[in-house]
Amino acid sequence: MSTHTADEEIVPTTLGGKAADYLDQRLGIAGAAKKNLRKIFPDHWSFMLGEICLYSFIVLLLSGIFLTLFFTPSMGDVTYNGSYTPLDGIRMSEAYASTLNISFDVRGGLLMRQIHHWAALVFVMAIMVHMLRIFFTGAFRKPRELNWLIGFGLFVLALAEGFCGYSLPDDLLSGTGLRILQGMLLAIPIVGTYISYFLFGGMFPGQDIVPRLFTVHILLVPGLILALITAHLILVFYQKHTQWAGPGRTDQNVVGLPLMPVYMAKAGGFFFVVFGFIALLGGLVTINPIWLYGPYVPTQITAGSQPDFYIGFFEGALRMMPNVEWNFWGHTLSLNILVPFAIVPAVLFGGIAMYPFLEAWITGDKREHHILDRPRNMPTRTAIGVAGVTFYGVGWFNGGNDLIATHFNLSVEAITWTARFAIFILPIFAFWLTRRICFGLQRRDRDKVLHGRESGIIYRSPEGQFSEIHTPLPQGDLHTLTAHEVHRPLTLTEVTDANGVPAPNVRRAKLRAKMTQWYFGERIEKATEEEYREAISSGHH
Amino acid sequence: MSGDTELQEHGSAQHSVHGTEPSHGVVEGNPFADPGLPEHQPRLTDIDEKAAKRSERIVAGLFLLSAVATIAFMVCYTEVPNNTSSIVNFFPLGAMSASNFALGVTLGVALFSMGAGAIYWARTLMTDVELPQERHELESTAEDKAVAVSEFQQGVEDSAWKQRPLIRRTLIGAMAVLPLPALWILRDLGPLPGTSQRQTAWTAGELIINDTSISLDGTQGSGIKPSDIEVGTLVSASPAAVLTAGDTTNDMMSMSAILLVRMDPADIKSQQEIDWGYQGIVAFSKICTHVGCPVQLYEQQTHHMLCPCHQSTFDLSDDGKVIFGPAARSLPQLPITVNADGYLVAKSGFDQPVGPSFWERG
Repeated sequence: MSTHTADEEIVPTTLGGKAADYLDQRLGIAGAAKKNLRKIFPDHWSFMLGEICLYSFIVLLLSGIFLTLFFTPSMGDVTYNGSYTPLDGIRMSEAYASTLNISFDVRGGLLMRQIHHWAALVFVMAIMVHMLRIFFTGAFRKPRELNWLIGFGLFVLALAEGFCGYSLPDDLLSGTGLRILQGMLLAIPIVGTYISYFLFGGMFPGQDIVPRLFTVHILLVPGLILALITAHLILVFYQKHTQWAGPGRTDQNVVGLPLMPVYMAKAGGFFFVVFGFIALLGGLVTINPIWLYGPYVPTQITAGSQPDFYIGFFEGALRMMPNVEWNFWGHTLSLNILVPFAIVPAVLFGGIAMYPFLEAWITGDKREHHILDRPRNMPTRTAIGVAGVTFYGVGWFNGGNDLIATHFNLSVEAITWTARFAIFILPIFAFWLTRRICFGLQRRDRDKVLHGRESGIIYRSPEGQFSEIHTPLPQGDLHTLTAHEVHRPLTLTEVTDANGVPAPNVRRAKLRAKMTQWYFGERIEKATEEEYREAISSGHH
Repeated sequence: MSGDTELQEHGSAQHSVHGTEPSHGVVEGNPFADPGLPEHQPRLTDIDEKAAKRSERIVAGLFLLSAVATIAFMVCYTEVPNNTSSIVNFFPLGAMSASNFALGVTLGVALFSMGAGAIYWARTLMTDVELPQERHELESTAEDKAVAVSEFQQGVEDSAWKQRPLIRRTLIGAMAVLPLPALWILRDLGPLPGTSQRQTAWTAGELIINDTSISLDGTQGSGIKPSDIEVGTLVSASPAAVLTAGDTTNDMMSMSAILLVRMDPADIKSQQEIDWGYQGIVAFSKICTHVGCPVQLYEQQTHHMLCPCHQSTFDLSDDGKVIFGPAARSLPQLPITVNADGYLVAKSGFDQPVGPSFWERG
């Protein structure tokens, strides 16, 4: 290529070359190819978490299209006469009957159902882990705050999509889930009853909810997810991927391997690995055996009903909340439902969505960041994240309080009461503990920088003292371990302007100073050059 | 701060670097400076053609395996019977359909080995020389910004947006109301609730039907005589109206389902509960007052009734009061009696709305 001068015409000779030339003359694709074919992506195992989300979504689309060919989204009554004899002659909805048909009479139908359900679980789980990776490494910082919001939107849509999907078969378990949703909608002040009647087309369960959820599940939400995924990936591409600190890696470059051929093969291959893994799950591990549950009847229920894992937190919160209900002026306000259904999720999800902006406001950091933080180097952020995970975890755990009670022979009341306290106490403890661990790890890094790595060689001094020989780190490692920035809290003098005039909003400035004190007040300083030389020379005593 | 001093003492006391070779690893200049990208370390396949050949064979083998599994998938589709009697047992995952097992495994292997081959190819035979690429500044140059702003202002100017406030205001006003029809048109999604959330199918004299007696098609069922219910037993029951409810059977059941329990009248703590029952048989709404699951788990000795969804627990011997869990209200009791034929019937409807709370409930 480099031998061609600008005005030298490239004459395509191969079939592929001719096709590319045809397209280029109409679309000018060479310009885009020039920039992107050899685009560099950095390599780290944690960067594949987002890929799992994307690939499981593609698996969902493919298996979902197959399922729509056989599923009947109707609540009309039919009498079952299919090949699953235990339900022979039973009255059920067409939705449930067609799901039985997919499971027992369509070849590969059960496999596609199970692949679809497993892929949904992988999708939501991968999104959660991917978000945690972004959070703990500070990848949400400028310029990626907007992509964090898009990702957050995808997370919420994925939860909604999952709930709609598993409500469709109209089996006893899914109908119970809808009943709980309807009971919660009724608790919304002023408009709750109306929302419920409009959603269900009247009384619960009515005849409308399955066809309506079907449209939401196969058209509305997947369309939104597809649009947001596209925007998400365009931004990743355009802003370029973040990378870990290391020799030769700066905020101004990206170091890694080229898209073509390495990432085409790796990422393309990984799609097949994810798909293959989900296909094996679908073939080997039964999931959601709706034929065992029977059709939905509002008067029946099975003990130990469990939703999909991602609903567990909400379920646990609902089980945990004490029975507070207010009656006043002829109205009922069900705090026992509103707190776990609306207030707690609003705080938790609002906090997740707004965190990048909160942190940016506290630190006052307006620079672009492309080098990731090691979680230990931002102890307060990491501790907030772990406290959040703990909070979520306690709720999730309590979502299975009945199963825990029956499996471990405990009292369900005791478990619930434990969770009621634990949801406040454990996150605080986790916050404290995480900070201590982060500081400890930072001290260890500092120690490694100053005194090198333990060599395993024991040295006995002429005085008889034993010590272990430490090997100094190579410069690349020294650089990596000291590449981070140690933030300092703002003091109030700093929130006045250059002439000492207080900033216009003193109260806000004071709050910010206090927040930075909380964030960065306790910190481990990096080793300085002098300390390093001092430590090295002390080795010659 | 305090951590720092602690650290220094700690460092000098225990972790001194006795015996370190002074020349090794000590850096001139700033020891923490970025030394730049490390030199590429060749892999075995980069320098040993035999190892590269071996990699090539592994990749090709995985691709072949994928093709074989793909064909096996199609063969299994036609050859493995898809019926409920063709079951395989696969430890520890239990019994599953033979067809599902065969299709899942062949498809999984076909996909997985395709992916594994591509990744192995990339890792062993494609380049692993890391290359740096510059990041472009995301923020526009001051010059670009200035041009963009002036272009924008020219656009505003040309539109007369500022000079013609009448157009501006009417446009904003019209745009603000334009989305409203999108809400308006949703009105027919459902009827207004009215008082339907307060009503059940129970009225005075309504026959109580045993749920287990309802035929598969839902149109036949039989009543219950007091002698059918022994002390300590629990019966799920419905109003006779469900037998003729047709499409609205589930709607009716989700409001009107009840439980009949017979207790020793001496166990019942409330006089009203005794009065509303019949010879120790009492009827309660089966719909949990929390979010509407059917309550189901009955503890015979204590007369506690547990909702399996969220563990709200009600004392059926004490007006259905809540004794644990998130439900805030007692299970409503249905007054019952017997009719002329000796069957249990409702003495009246419920005295309050059943099921979950709602804003208008009061």
